[in-house]
Amino acid sequence: MADNILEISDLVVKYHTDDAIINAVNGINLVVKHGETIGLVGETGAGKTTIARAILRILQTPPAKVHGGRIVYRGEDLMTKSEAEMRKIRGNKIAMIFQDPMTALNPIERVGYQIAEAIGQHNKVSRAEAEERACDMLEMVGISAERYKEYPHQFSGGMKQRVVIAMALACNPDLLLADEPTTALDVTIQAQVLEMMQSLKDKLGTSVVLITHDLGVVADCCDSVAVAYAGEIVEYGTVEHIFKHTAHPYTNGLFGSLPRLSSKEPRLKPIKGLMPDPTRLPAGCKFYDRCPNAAERCAAQPPEVIEIAPGHLVKCYLAGGEE
Amino acid sequence: MPAMLEVQNLKKYFKNPAGMLHAVDDVSFTLDYGQTLGVVGESGCGKTTLGRTILHLLDITDGTMFFEGRDITNPKKKELVTLHEQMQLIFQDPYSSLNPRMSVSETIMEPLIVQGIMKKAEIRAEARRLMDTVGLAARFENSYPHELDGGRRQRIGVARALALKPKFIVCDEPVSALDVSIQAQIINLMLDLQDELKLAYMFVTHDLSVVKYISNDIMVMYLGQMAEKAPSDELFDKPMHPYTKALLSAIPEPDIDNKKKRIIMQGELSSPVNPRPGCRFMPRCQYATDACNATQVIEECYPGHFVSCCRYKEVNNITD
Repeated sequence: MADNILEISDLVVKYHTDDAIINAVNGINLVVKHGETIGLVGETGAGKTTIARAILRILQTPPAKVHGGRIVYRGEDLMTKSEAEMRKIRGNKIAMIFQDPMTALNPIERVGYQIAEAIGQHNKVSRAEAEERACDMLEMVGISAERYKEYPHQFSGGMKQRVVIAMALACNPDLLLADEPTTALDVTIQAQVLEMMQSLKDKLGTSVVLITHDLGVVADCCDSVAVAYAGEIVEYGTVEHIFKHTAHPYTNGLFGSLPRLSSKEPRLKPIKGLMPDPTRLPAGCKFYDRCPNAAERCAAQPPEVIEIAPGHLVKCYLAGGEE
Repeated sequence: MPAMLEVQNLKKYFKNPAGMLHAVDDVSFTLDYGQTLGVVGESGCGKTTLGRTILHLLDITDGTMFFEGRDITNPKKKELVTLHEQMQLIFQDPYSSLNPRMSVSETIMEPLIVQGIMKKAEIRAEARRLMDTVGLAARFENSYPHELDGGRRQRIGVARALALKPKFIVCDEPVSALDVSIQAQIINLMLDLQDELKLAYMFVTHDLSVVKYISNDIMVMYLGQMAEKAPSDELFDKPMHPYTKALLSAIPEPDIDNKKKRIIMQGELSSPVNPRPGCRFMPRCQYATDACNATQVIEECYPGHFVSCCRYKEVNNITD
């Protein structure tokens, strides 16, 4: 399978706390193709960030523990790599943009140095060369190289996020894990950052896993989507297919909850209830409680993943066309 | 009959080592019973300060305010108490706006105890009724905020704001900390309550798609000033101000068929400390000319549609 840069199969991650075991990720399968942007969508607690951290093996252990599954990057299983090998991959081949630009930067180091540090770690370059490349990166994300010697507090939120992006792209990674890169930003700045990520992606050919809860962002910049719910992927397919032929009731609910500029409906249609408690997940379908068309067998046995159209996977009994 | 709330030329400046910070600069509007005014803008545009100044949580620098025809610009302490019974606030962050050491019912009862009119048993019954109104099950009565999720916590915030039967509620980003499915639940709850209790809302948010659902009128703020104000549908159909246009185009919409052309604004908000005269949006505006250096006047381009841009006619190809 040469055209997949990353394949995750049957990944299970649990958090072991003193009180309970939290089932954060429950058997996820996910494929990222070369050069594509895949949107990983879901609400708080769906396990999105845990997946991203598991890929880089930066989950805090304990409490987190990977209970099984394989994460294959370019044909190599990341789970069996030694820590030294992982260090060479992190930030170099696979980079991550963290959610909150305000806390992702070291407040007492100059921003330029923080970028140069990543370059120096992974490449045999002199300090001057690393600095020069860091300056280039700053320019690339639209920050003047003159600000190399400034500290994070001298930057605004949007600028900090650009620095974090520059840092992540500094070593030309093949795969970028972007964890809610624009959630903390204003819409106008979000538009700037998304536009910039898109053009950088086109230029460098990076594959991107874009974690977000905003379906609008997905429609704007992703090629395919995986919808996560309670630690499972409930629907996966191309953006086009999922937006036009939404099959899973949860995805449908998400669309119904979104206020739209174009619609004239007086009321939103929220999904009733709440996400199930991850310490006591139901035996059957995880969405059973909140599903408008739940049937009896949904509670008894979790549904299998079925392919309703080429490349469109759905984890629901009712999506198969029967009844 | 006078409007419920009338705000005229409201100003709120903060003293800052670097000079005067113009957080709210000359904002006027009126709000009627049972209506909603949406206030939108980027972070730092003064929308939260506007809400808090109206509620007298901050002192007014200049301007006048009338509530039900009475001048409330500088109320006496006693007047302020009655005023706060009629004007309440729902906070942005359901995590930090609740006292972690007070149970759900204690939090909801507190305003009633402070008011000191009802007997203890009545207050308890009232708290139960309020919990029911906002859709909180009675079993959470003795729960503490940390035991509840964001959506339920925000319901506590709503119940607490409703306790004194206010006529006017300032909602400061009440749903921005919540997930979309929960956000929709809270928005619907607020709309139901408005129908039922004839509440007037001032809905402060940065999320334009949310505000469209809930507002009759929308005011777009930029650096402390009103850029544009219009009836909700009209603002979305016919935005006049270049800033509103850019703001609307920047919203990512979950629609893959009608991809809109985004207007990417250059730069970021300039500093509100000692702002230069003239249009404050000028440094980021693609239509800016020398004329924009003059002080902007607010014009009514259509009935009820106000815009503060000297070039709005050229920008929108309007001929007289």
